[in-house]
Amino acid sequence: MIAKPKHQRLVLILVALAAVFAAVLLAMWGLRDRAAYFYTPAEIASGKAAVGKPVRLGGMVEKGSIQHLADGVTTRFTVGDGKAEVSVVYRGILPDLFREGSGAIAEGQVTSDGAFVADNILAKHDERYMPPELGNQADEHKTAATVER
Amino acid sequence: MIAEAGLAALWLAAGLALLQLFLAFGPAAVRSGTAPVRSVAIVQGALTLLAMLMLMWTFARTDLSVLLVADNSHSAKPWLYKVAGAWGNHEGSMLLWVTILGIAGAALAVFSRRLEERTLTAALGAQGALALGFFAFLLLSSNPFARLDPPAFEGRGLNPLLQDPGLVFHPPTLYLGYVGLSVAFSLAVGALISGRVDSALAKAMRPWVLGAWIMLTLGITAGSYWAYYELGWGGWWFWDPVENASLMPWLAATALLHSVNVLAARNSLRAWTMMLAMVAFSMSMVGTFLVRSGILTSVHAFAVDPKRGTFLLALLALYVGAAFLLFAFRSGKLSEGPPFELVSREAALIGNNLLLTVILGVVFVGTLYPLFVEAVTGTKLSVGAPYFNAVAGPLALILALLVGVGPLLSWRRDSGERLKRLAIPALIGLTAFAIALFALPSPGILPKIGLGVAAMLAVAAFLPLAGRKLRRTPLSTWGMVVAHFGVAVAIAGMAASTLTTVEVLTAARPGDQIEVGPWLIEFESVTPVAGSNWTALEAELRASRGGGDTILKPQARFYTDPPTQTTEAAIETVL
Repeated sequence: MIAKPKHQRLVLILVALAAVFAAVLLAMWGLRDRAAYFYTPAEIASGKAAVGKPVRLGGMVEKGSIQHLADGVTTRFTVGDGKAEVSVVYRGILPDLFREGSGAIAEGQVTSDGAFVADNILAKHDERYMPPELGNQADEHKTAATVER
Repeated sequence: MIAEAGLAALWLAAGLALLQLFLAFGPAAVRSGTAPVRSVAIVQGALTLLAMLMLMWTFARTDLSVLLVADNSHSAKPWLYKVAGAWGNHEGSMLLWVTILGIAGAALAVFSRRLEERTLTAALGAQGALALGFFAFLLLSSNPFARLDPPAFEGRGLNPLLQDPGLVFHPPTLYLGYVGLSVAFSLAVGALISGRVDSALAKAMRPWVLGAWIMLTLGITAGSYWAYYELGWGGWWFWDPVENASLMPWLAATALLHSVNVLAARNSLRAWTMMLAMVAFSMSMVGTFLVRSGILTSVHAFAVDPKRGTFLLALLALYVGAAFLLFAFRSGKLSEGPPFELVSREAALIGNNLLLTVILGVVFVGTLYPLFVEAVTGTKLSVGAPYFNAVAGPLALILALLVGVGPLLSWRRDSGERLKRLAIPALIGLTAFAIALFALPSPGILPKIGLGVAAMLAVAAFLPLAGRKLRRTPLSTWGMVVAHFGVAVAIAGMAASTLTTVEVLTAARPGDQIEVGPWLIEFESVTPVAGSNWTALEAELRASRGGGDTILKPQARFYTDPPTQTTEAAIETVL
């Protein structure tokens, strides 16, 4: 059966609206438990992040805190924000721009003993660039970097 | 002088864009025909191209009295990266964007002469309006030709991550795609104004959409490959917001590419196709806003002044708002197209469009949700692969199944007789799925279904050729077959890389041997090497599997200007 053009158009409009609605519902459902929250070291230290849930931790890599463990591929370091420090363990290849006294974001989860196990480390991409997520706390470092030039 | 000439060309082009707008919509528009507005569009395009060439020249000569060059280039850089470095920064990259917008407008004026007069005039006017806003953005907040007085003694250098052949191909191809869609946008605006939305318009719009889609696909692939060898360790897509910014116009353009065919062949889906043409370029502008406003954390976010983000957001709101207001007022006046049945090619293409729209919606929400939440509540969060894979993945696979079905249906109504041909591909797909299910130990059902769907589609893609005389088959059918087969190859690759990746993480010294799956890697030596603006430690690894062996030479590079360390992965591609 071929519908009248007018009816067909109405059906198409309804189907299109339903599709957009479905997209939003699907997205809401997907976002409910799949968004990773960003925390500062102080928030992690005060236990704001649930144990075992994927989260991001952002801060400065503390001077003198990077230790390479005996297996050669595991690194332990401390991320701080001036208020608190969190110990991070990461097994993998560190980004080239990862260094002490510089900003980094660790993706991973908090363990029951309050440490952070990272499965990915993001570092800033170049000397002039500072991740907005690290914003204010890193201002001093940013100025320092500019002066060096 | 060169910088001033470039700046003058930009100002002139901006003036011409204003004139173009006036000629198209001003009081004399109807009387004078298309000739004046067309010539203005051509000259405007030529002037923007001239400005871009001037900028490339200042970079090629490393003219350190130009601020942008001093900030982003260095005299000791290889010449290729000096020239391509012209768009390896915010201002230059926006100039490239505007240049392609100008050239697209000029090309529209040259090649679409036979289009209905009122439509073409209004489309060129819309193109002028778009150009005007982005000229304003460049000239008022991102002047690429600003001088530095006194000139710098030496440039600060280009971010070494960008010193790669990828910089030569990725931005221009991606932008040709992004901005090529502006023509579809302008044509839709023109047609809504003139009220002439018909198959003639669709036939004029189709080459632009196809060209932009090809460039966008190439640009995304080039970017993905660049990320694969430069940034990641084996990753090729990270659902990074910037990647999504290029995926969203691609999804919309893919939908448009299909619906514009319905309009061209059957004169149906008029309002919907106009809507998609507007959405596609709007997504390009959303992408530009996301990448260029500096609100994202990414390799693409060059050091950016936050005020520029507001400017871009205002432009985006203005253009998208105006276009959709026009659509709201004019689309109701379009008459309905000829009807079709539930089992027909039209219906299958609507299915394609709806699925692509839903995927686009899912990616859009996932990409903008973190920005929205942070703006409203201040909470910072990120949405990554787990969300996108779980929500968009299944939809993409359903769509891929439909890709096998749609081309077998005829326009208007179909008995479904030819669908029986799908029996063999379906059997092959099910077999591939069963093998993947039992032979591959890794968890996750989605990639295994993906392998099955890819196997089915790889065969089904060729069915439209069955029973045809191959020599007489039109090129467009061949194009469709190849593109659909490409979808199967892409899905197979994505699924296989998810399922069969073998990863060994180890620290080694020269003389060590490492076993990775069937491969034996021998670490032979480390030697210092040097390039024109870097020094490196280069390892030599002998990789062997059964018979012959290959030498891999990864490097840890140290660039001096700016002082940066990068890792050059060694990649061996085998079948």
